[in-house]
Amino acid sequence: MALLEVNDLRVTLPTPRGPADALRGVSFALERGETVGLIGESGCGKSMTALALMGLLPDAARTSGSVRFDDTELLGLDDTAMGRLRGRRIGMVFQEPMTALNPLHTIGRQVAEPLRLHKGLSADAARAEALRLLDQVRLPSAAQRLDAHPHQLSGGQRQRVVIAMALACGPDLLIADEPTTALDVTIQGEILDLIGDLVEARGMALLLVSHDLGVMARTVDRLLVMYGGSVVEAGPTAAVFEHLAHPYTRGLFGARPRLGAPRGTRLATIPGRVPELIDLPPGCPFADRCGWAVAACRAAPPPPVEVEAGHTARCIRLDAIAAGEPPHPVGSAVAQAA
Amino acid sequence: MSGMAVDRAPAGATIPAPVAARDITAVSEAPTSTSLNVPLLRVEDLVKHYILPREHLFEPPPKVEALRGVSFTMHAGTSLGLVGESGSGKSTLARQVMALERPTAGRVTLLGRDLNALSPAELRAARRDFQMVFQDPYGSLDPRQRVGRIVAEPLAAMGSADARTRVAESLDAVGLRGSDAERYPHEFSGGQRQRIAIARALITRPRLIVADEPVSALDVSVQAQVLNLLQDLQQRFAVTYLLISHDIAVVDHLCDEVAVLYAGRIVEQGAPEVLFRAAAHPYTRALMAAVPSVVAPRKVRAASARTPRTDAGNDTLDDPAHIGCAFAARCPDRQSRCVQERPLLRAVAGGHAAACHFAEAVMGRPPVGESPGDVRGVQ
Repeated sequence: MALLEVNDLRVTLPTPRGPADALRGVSFALERGETVGLIGESGCGKSMTALALMGLLPDAARTSGSVRFDDTELLGLDDTAMGRLRGRRIGMVFQEPMTALNPLHTIGRQVAEPLRLHKGLSADAARAEALRLLDQVRLPSAAQRLDAHPHQLSGGQRQRVVIAMALACGPDLLIADEPTTALDVTIQGEILDLIGDLVEARGMALLLVSHDLGVMARTVDRLLVMYGGSVVEAGPTAAVFEHLAHPYTRGLFGARPRLGAPRGTRLATIPGRVPELIDLPPGCPFADRCGWAVAACRAAPPPPVEVEAGHTARCIRLDAIAAGEPPHPVGSAVAQAA
Repeated sequence: MSGMAVDRAPAGATIPAPVAARDITAVSEAPTSTSLNVPLLRVEDLVKHYILPREHLFEPPPKVEALRGVSFTMHAGTSLGLVGESGSGKSTLARQVMALERPTAGRVTLLGRDLNALSPAELRAARRDFQMVFQDPYGSLDPRQRVGRIVAEPLAAMGSADARTRVAESLDAVGLRGSDAERYPHEFSGGQRQRIAIARALITRPRLIVADEPVSALDVSVQAQVLNLLQDLQQRFAVTYLLISHDIAVVDHLCDEVAVLYAGRIVEQGAPEVLFRAAAHPYTRALMAAVPSVVAPRKVRAASARTPRTDAGNDTLDDPAHIGCAFAARCPDRQSRCVQERPLLRAVAGGHAAACHFAEAVMGRPPVGESPGDVRGVQ
């Protein structure tokens, strides 16, 4: 029995132009102690998935499918019950540490708050535990900083405090949505290592949301590539990196500028742009930008196709691509659009 | 033109001599009469301090030394990339180069003219030669103005006539349609907005474009399109970039020269292929090692544990005496000399300078991070 089981999760959001399918049948499972990454570009549904797991979707969102966390169905759970799970069993770390912290309260008080709320610790005991946690997230001179306010800390230090808050009650699952995007690159490495070490030491499961392939390579065991509200490729991180299967995943890799590439190298681009959720085609969401797309791609959403054991891609053209079929040019009108 | 300017300046000439060894006469001897020999941009000993609001009534207000003496020269056709972390002074430097702020000390000379000695009218006219592209394609375009007017704005400030055709040309150059001039910014995606911002910068046919993190707000696939566009424009319109980025791969892609900024000073400078292959400053190495590689095997934390702690409380800006190396507190190779004597930027090889007492030893080590053969290209 997996810790978290997401099955055919669908989320529809109302927009001025009508309902938009933000998630179109997302399914995955997360075992205890496992680390999984959701990767994709803006609008692909990765943050929407994280919000759905945390019960933080906008009120107007309509959902279907199932999200089972340790035998509790999270979809449709009332706010009080969800609130009891959040913070205690599910910890959360967001992108921008300054907005996650209350600027008026000391960091000691903020880290202690979930302990008093969920575990009923006394003020003194919670404060002592907060200090232990801040030490654990390697906040320098934590004892002196217990009474500091968030603005007195640097961005990296604030993110350490947010991580301490998320870990306070010893959650089984940590959801981190772009936890290092707002940080400098040298600090990013430290925070990722910290998250990785803590997840390993505590046997927590980690769901990491990021747009950065390098961040994923460093942190997670398994990778889910999202595009247009569905998971287009899934597999062990090393296997996905070794055998890029889905044309979109290939495009993502090719588009990265690489250090040491010869002068004047052109970057491979993905033609067109990420479609608006409301404009998603009925078939494969990537078909309009794909050099291998055929009529069948546009007819129905492609099923997951096995690339190798445990590694699947939602693409019906995998064999042709693997056989070396060259991509055909994608409509120039679309290519102009970005 | 650009080639000739570079001929006069063989590899390494863009690197300033050690500060101590330089004197003013050497600078004033530089020929300024013939336009061929005038560098595009010369920045000399630039210092910028910001005074913060007073915290205590009886103490002087705190001061941030954002730039502590930065010198470099850019020649036409040789784009320079500035890399560094937040607080290193990159954006402060951009604001001084754009003459948006007055430096505390030092000089910014564009095509032989000292920007801070110009009258407001002269400066306005001179601005046609240097334009800027900002990071945030959402915040840098006025949502209430049509694209045509946004793009024409630099012309309006100069009182130029044939605005309409120039706007159409400029939009065409960045891959947008002439009819897009009638639309509003909200009708465009992030990548398209950045194209609009680039069209606005191009419209005066500038010699220099200062681009502050031009692609960091964009998705990976769109980022590649904008980087390719910037590369095309370099060749088509002979613009030279002063590119500011925290992403060393982006800088490597577009620039012929890289300067690494740390705590308001250049700590290493050189051609990217030299600098990134044999980085001579421990900070440059730390920056490169921190870039998560897509090929590194998982859980190699033992190696990264040696990465110097960056938010460990030793705030580099709080080094009031700054007699030593600003990086010493974070440096894995620190020795007693590093805290007693500040290393000057000095040549360590042809066209490669570093400000480290032990630069020769550091550059002899194996390269860090992704090396060229590491990542498979995807066709």
